[in-house]
Amino acid sequence: MTSAVQFTGVSRHFGSVRAVDAVDIDIAEGEFFAMLGPSGSGKTTCLRLIAGFEQPTGGDIAIFGQSAKGVPPYKRHVNTVFQDYALFPHLNVRDNVAYGLMIAGRPKAERHRAAEEALELVALPGYGTRKPSELSGGQRQRVALARALINQPKVLLLDEPLGALDLKLREQMQEELKALQRKLGITFVFVTHDQGEALSMADRVAVFNEGKIVQVGRPEDIYYRPEVPFVADFVGSSNVLPPEVTEKLTGKRCHAALRPEALRISESGHVATVRATSFIGTATRVSLVMDDTPMVALIPKGQEIPAVGAQVNLSWQDEDLHLMEARS
Amino acid sequence: MSDLSLHTGRSGPLTRLSDWLWRNPRMLILLLLTPPALWLGIIYLGSLFALLAQSFFSIDEFSGLIVYEFTLKTYGELFTPANFDIIVRTVVMAAAVTVAAALISFPIAYYAARYAKGKWKAVFYLGVMLPLWSSYLVKVYSWKLILAKEGILNWLFEILHMKWLLEAYLAIPVIGGNSLSVSWTGTFLVFLYVWLPFMVLPIQASLERVPTSMLEASGDLGANPGQSFRYVLLPLALPGVIAGSIFTFSLTLGDYIIPQIVGSSRRFIGQAVYSYQGTAGNIPLAAAFAVVPIVIMGVYLWVAKRKGAFDAL
Repeated sequence: MTSAVQFTGVSRHFGSVRAVDAVDIDIAEGEFFAMLGPSGSGKTTCLRLIAGFEQPTGGDIAIFGQSAKGVPPYKRHVNTVFQDYALFPHLNVRDNVAYGLMIAGRPKAERHRAAEEALELVALPGYGTRKPSELSGGQRQRVALARALINQPKVLLLDEPLGALDLKLREQMQEELKALQRKLGITFVFVTHDQGEALSMADRVAVFNEGKIVQVGRPEDIYYRPEVPFVADFVGSSNVLPPEVTEKLTGKRCHAALRPEALRISESGHVATVRATSFIGTATRVSLVMDDTPMVALIPKGQEIPAVGAQVNLSWQDEDLHLMEARS
Repeated sequence: MSDLSLHTGRSGPLTRLSDWLWRNPRMLILLLLTPPALWLGIIYLGSLFALLAQSFFSIDEFSGLIVYEFTLKTYGELFTPANFDIIVRTVVMAAAVTVAAALISFPIAYYAARYAKGKWKAVFYLGVMLPLWSSYLVKVYSWKLILAKEGILNWLFEILHMKWLLEAYLAIPVIGGNSLSVSWTGTFLVFLYVWLPFMVLPIQASLERVPTSMLEASGDLGANPGQSFRYVLLPLALPGVIAGSIFTFSLTLGDYIIPQIVGSSRRFIGQAVYSYQGTAGNIPLAAAFAVVPIVIMGVYLWVAKRKGAFDAL
């Protein structure tokens, strides 16, 4: 099967800034693919390269096996849901959604029918005659989605589409987006800086840092088996143990990751000093220092919270200590 | 210490005035708005209505005195062939200047809004505004020299051996003439030059407000650059184009100096107003002429609104 999107050594340099640097990606057809990374890590530039808003300064991009070199955005079977939604303020919702069909020269009746269907798909039936300015953030997001889907793209690009929504709406939209992707079977490429979002929605996640992909894999792999300290820290908020500490614990000299929820305060174990505690609802976050290494432990509700400055013993299951031998 | 727990202890007449205004925000608005409102209401609108009232009087042809009785006779005079010609001529000129100014301004404004950064933005503003710093009369007289038969433009055509082209152009009736400086083409060029900044700046301001993602979204949905211009960029910039056209159109409608210095002897509305209220002493007809641009602008804005030109505001 040909890949939906394939990057071969793709770079996008802006002067001396290497926004995207020698990136290889292989996105399968029908996949929900997330690009995760902090801001400025190159994930959005990669998305813009697929859309055609940016041209690579090196390497090649293939969309369904065809090189995208020199193909302008308006000739690509790729549509985008923009971070700011980019709804046209002078058109009503129906004309926004039907814009792609209007450009394609479809007759009015067909356009209106298709727009209404698309609005039903995103649970906004009957909103066609409203102006974008009359909608809430979540509704605009759905309109942007309907507009991007109306041309029946082969690949749908989503640039932090849920970033502007409040938590509750975001969680609801995550489920809806995932269900929609399953239903339509379109390849989704989703850019986000929210690890929870990437892990909960995507089939595979690519983690970006400083213009490069540092790890690609299934969410469980990214979360439980980070290959590099950056992924352990950014994706799992894991405690990253430096090689010296790992050597003392296991005899192997490499970085190791230890999940906060895997840490327990117990009778015996490794000595650590409590620096601070903060209540975060479902648990209490305890910051500690062990062997000069800052650590974070999540203590579930109901357990005793140590006082700040106290000496405690930390323990964990051996299998929770994940060694990052491969690339450190 | 305890009595300073809420008050910072600052005092004085200005502080007390600030405090009082802070507690009475409506008074602040009233104080700020009253002087300009009086200016606008009495001096500006007042004189405009005085002018309007004059247009409903008439002049006694025999004695040359103004008859202070309501009549539409003066407006009727506007439709005599000679006067109606003046109106048509002025409106056609204003429309031509406006269209040309919009065509020239849009690319400049687009570049300035989309691509010019830092130093180049300063260069843009300077380039657009610099002509406004010198006297209007100086600019118009300079143009007279440029366009004259002995002027630089003629000379340029001559050394390029293209004089025949200029002569062929000047031979065209209506827009041609003895030389560019006594033709309507000359009048048009000077109008265009003098009013151009008033078109560039509003368009640039409106284009600044169009996010790049809007154009990207249009392209993303299959629109080629021409379609994106027609269906997204132009509608969104239209309020700016209309604002600019209000300037160029109304300034051209009312101007009486440019056509007097550069152009043929046939008059424009501004010149008609000038001569009727001055030497001829026919204030009512001058007032009636002055009402024409106001009516035209009113109709223009009404049509623009009906056509949805301000929907993007």
